[in-house]
Amino acid sequence: MAIDTPPKGFIGESIKRKEDDRFIRGKGNYLDDISLPGMLHMSILRSPFAHARIRSINTKPAEAVPGVVAVVTGALLEQHKLAWMPTLSGDTQAVLATDKVRYQGQEVACVIANDPYVARDAAQLIDVDYEVLKAVVDPYQALKPGAPLIRDEKKDQKDNHIYHWEAGDKAATEAAFKKADKVVSLETFYPRCHPSPLETCGIVADINPATGQATLYMTSQAPHAHRTLFALVAGLPEEKIRIISPDLGGGFGNKVPIYPGYVVATAASLLLGHPVKWIEDRSENLISTGFARDFHMQGELAVNKDGKFLGLRVKMLSDNGAFYADAQPSKFRAGLFHIVTGSYDLPAAHVETDGAYTNKAPGGVAFRCSFRVTEASYLIERLVESAAVELKMDPAEIRLKNFIQPEQFPYKSATGFEYDSGDYPRALKLALEKIGYEQLRKEQAEKRKRGELMGIGVASFTEVVGAGHGTEYDIAGLRMFDSAELRVHPTGKAILKLGVKSQGQGHETTFAQIVAEELGIPASDVEVQEGDTDNTPYGLGTYASRSTPVGGAATAMVSRKLRDKAKKIAAHLLEASEADIEFDHGKFFVKGAPSKSKTIQDVAFAAYTNLPEGMEAGLEGVTYYDPPNMTFPFGTYVVVVDIDRGTGQVKVRRMVAVDDCGVRINPMIVEGQIHGGLTEGFGIAFMELITFDEQGNCIGSNFTDYLLPTSWETPRFETFETVTPSPHHPIGAKGVGESATVGSPAAYVNAVIDAVGHLGITNIDMPVSSDKVWTALQEKGAAE
Amino acid sequence: MARPITITVNGDKHSLEVEPRLLLVHFIRERLRLTGTHIGCDTTHCGACTVLLDGVPVKSCTVLAVQADGRQVTTVESLAVGGLHPIQEGFKQEHGLQCGFCTPGMMMSSFALLQEKPDPTEDEIRWALSGNICRCTGYMNIVKSVRYAAQKMKAAAAVPVEAGARS
Ligand code: FES
Ligand code: FES
Repeated sequence: MAIDTPPKGFIGESIKRKEDDRFIRGKGNYLDDISLPGMLHMSILRSPFAHARIRSINTKPAEAVPGVVAVVTGALLEQHKLAWMPTLSGDTQAVLATDKVRYQGQEVACVIANDPYVARDAAQLIDVDYEVLKAVVDPYQALKPGAPLIRDEKKDQKDNHIYHWEAGDKAATEAAFKKADKVVSLETFYPRCHPSPLETCGIVADINPATGQATLYMTSQAPHAHRTLFALVAGLPEEKIRIISPDLGGGFGNKVPIYPGYVVATAASLLLGHPVKWIEDRSENLISTGFARDFHMQGELAVNKDGKFLGLRVKMLSDNGAFYADAQPSKFRAGLFHIVTGSYDLPAAHVETDGAYTNKAPGGVAFRCSFRVTEASYLIERLVESAAVELKMDPAEIRLKNFIQPEQFPYKSATGFEYDSGDYPRALKLALEKIGYEQLRKEQAEKRKRGELMGIGVASFTEVVGAGHGTEYDIAGLRMFDSAELRVHPTGKAILKLGVKSQGQGHETTFAQIVAEELGIPASDVEVQEGDTDNTPYGLGTYASRSTPVGGAATAMVSRKLRDKAKKIAAHLLEASEADIEFDHGKFFVKGAPSKSKTIQDVAFAAYTNLPEGMEAGLEGVTYYDPPNMTFPFGTYVVVVDIDRGTGQVKVRRMVAVDDCGVRINPMIVEGQIHGGLTEGFGIAFMELITFDEQGNCIGSNFTDYLLPTSWETPRFETFETVTPSPHHPIGAKGVGESATVGSPAAYVNAVIDAVGHLGITNIDMPVSSDKVWTALQEKGAAE
Repeated sequence: MARPITITVNGDKHSLEVEPRLLLVHFIRERLRLTGTHIGCDTTHCGACTVLLDGVPVKSCTVLAVQADGRQVTTVESLAVGGLHPIQEGFKQEHGLQCGFCTPGMMMSSFALLQEKPDPTEDEIRWALSGNICRCTGYMNIVKSVRYAAQKMKAAAAVPVEAGARS
């Protein structure tokens, strides 16, 4: 019997996660766990109205409460030029309202007290005199002449229009539509939802009055970028700012923006000379921080009778809320929505997008999504379903007919992307085989004869993730590279420091495995550090599935840099010429004589004790990696649903997911990411919704109304893989954190439409709740 | 206004003065600095704050500290005695956690379930944990984690005392 050796954690090994040991003991260190001596607590008073002019604010009753240290209003911030701050999309956002409130839940004043209960009580005593104005909650209404002007403080803003942006070739697309036998169209709304990480957002701001050193513990997915923005916004010297993003209880995009609470707590700590803690409650998180989606989309597909696609035309209106605070690369006003051609060889495409201000919370973030790829993927996959229904073709067949073929890669899309690699037919065929597609179609036909509703939904998504390259993609001017610093100590143990930041994705394990693969140091001997700007190299952070594509590439490259030096040292130790040295998983040996070898640990020791003449001591390095292109993960999801005609209830019977994210570093972690994304996709498709009444009252402001999937209703998933490596990524990986949230909503909804399409129901917008399904059935006389 | 109370937490008696409105979760986190118990919502939905009160799982954000006066509270910090508890081991082995924020509450609910039903079915596990939200994992691996713990505890219980006592 072979002797059990502990796994080294090379690429492809499902080793257990290193970070789990503290979490399962209740010893994680999350933001709210931080408590500093003399720390004060901040509570925010928020606007009860969606649109109202502030006549006056009386803070005296709050100031009189014992334990209250200060009350901060917009007027006070204005004196320090901090009442407004820039957003990630080049707009401005109120830190605390001075003139008007523009959405329900907007920050109006803050109370700082020695106890959180006191701060909260006192905030309720602040007396704000509002003149209520008419609210606009629908972006189409907002763009009509005569609509109330939301951003009246902006000099050149005369209406509620924010941006217009186009991609693709309009003339070529018009020509394609003229040639087509048929135009299939779909109007659909991807509603507002919310990332809702289980941990809300918060900060402990600690500014030392003697030294001016600002230590900001912050729930941040992008600590380095946040430090720079803080320096620019608050005028603090960057070298004096240290952002520490501790263990994060999830992020999903919600922890990318800078929120007013962070700014006020920092200002308060500066003014008061005490650490100040602010942590949101769930309602605050849902009503005021980065929401997602809220895209009204119209798609048209030019098709021939045989099902061949000729062109795609898309018009989209985004509802950005009161401030245009989307987190996205600055050149792209609607993020990467122009990936809307998806997995299909579309000779012509044209995309027109506009954005509107409304009296709703700002901050359209990419909720587990690479900058609006989710909305794009949803639209094209729903549109292809519509085409299949109209042409009476099988939805799998129409996809196979129109896929970009494996030999067409690298593929230049009609909207300007260069897809790196893919094999779409393979993923689709595997999914069909695993679910037993043909058998299910037979079952469906039989059930339909009996009047039973069963549907099979297919979605074959393609994502674009891993921004940059830096010349094309930047956030507020900062190029989207990322970094890794690796130091190997004399005993052969290493520390890897990264510019990205885990929120639960398992970086401490995955990135250690890349080092293990490249240098042969066991993953258990590689300590991964992130989140502390004093202690890690500059990077743009973790969102848009960029950690593995960019930070992972940087890790591989810095490991290779060290390997090159290690080879020289090994040659010296083996008394051979460098050209004759070979390397294999942690062993250096002379070509043809593998028995004569030195381990990476021997070499590491020699790097500090026995160096070749003239070589610098040490074994460490840093790499800033600017990816040559994005990566394009893809896959096919197939869902089976049964619908109850009496209640409209949709039961997801099966969900088969085939994902291709290139090379998988830790398959267990990859699969976990997919499970999570499929669940969030399920929530979005069937349950999660933030909506507003006519006055702009937010409905969906707590977990009673904003429904997250629990263990009870979440489907069981069947996951499979194909592997098509990225040709330009050093280890062939593509990123996987978001594929399932991007790809699955369309699969779930397509399954519903597949069940009811024959009744003439062509669309039901998400969340596909029982009442909506039942109403649709009833309108067609098909409800029981 | 403050009232004296005595709560036994993880076997240790704590006699403190608290305001009647202090929530048990704040008593645990802020007064005792046991920060493994988390807060994820304000409407008793998420279960991140789950602890055992006299052995029964409760959402400690919805219990006043004064209501726990004279009673026993058990938190995640008590699970590992010597080595890891089989439930903790299960969560690690089966990748039942990602960000870890829901994990302490999940484990406490699982603990209570396994006390009551040492060999639960998948549906029983899903039902018992349906008051604990996890935003990261999609629950499949959590179910496996609990199954792992159940197996392990069953095996441990089956070991004859003599063998178990050997050390
Ligand atoms: S904190 Fe959510 S249920 Fe207690
Ligand atoms: S592991 Fe993140 S919420 Fe469950």
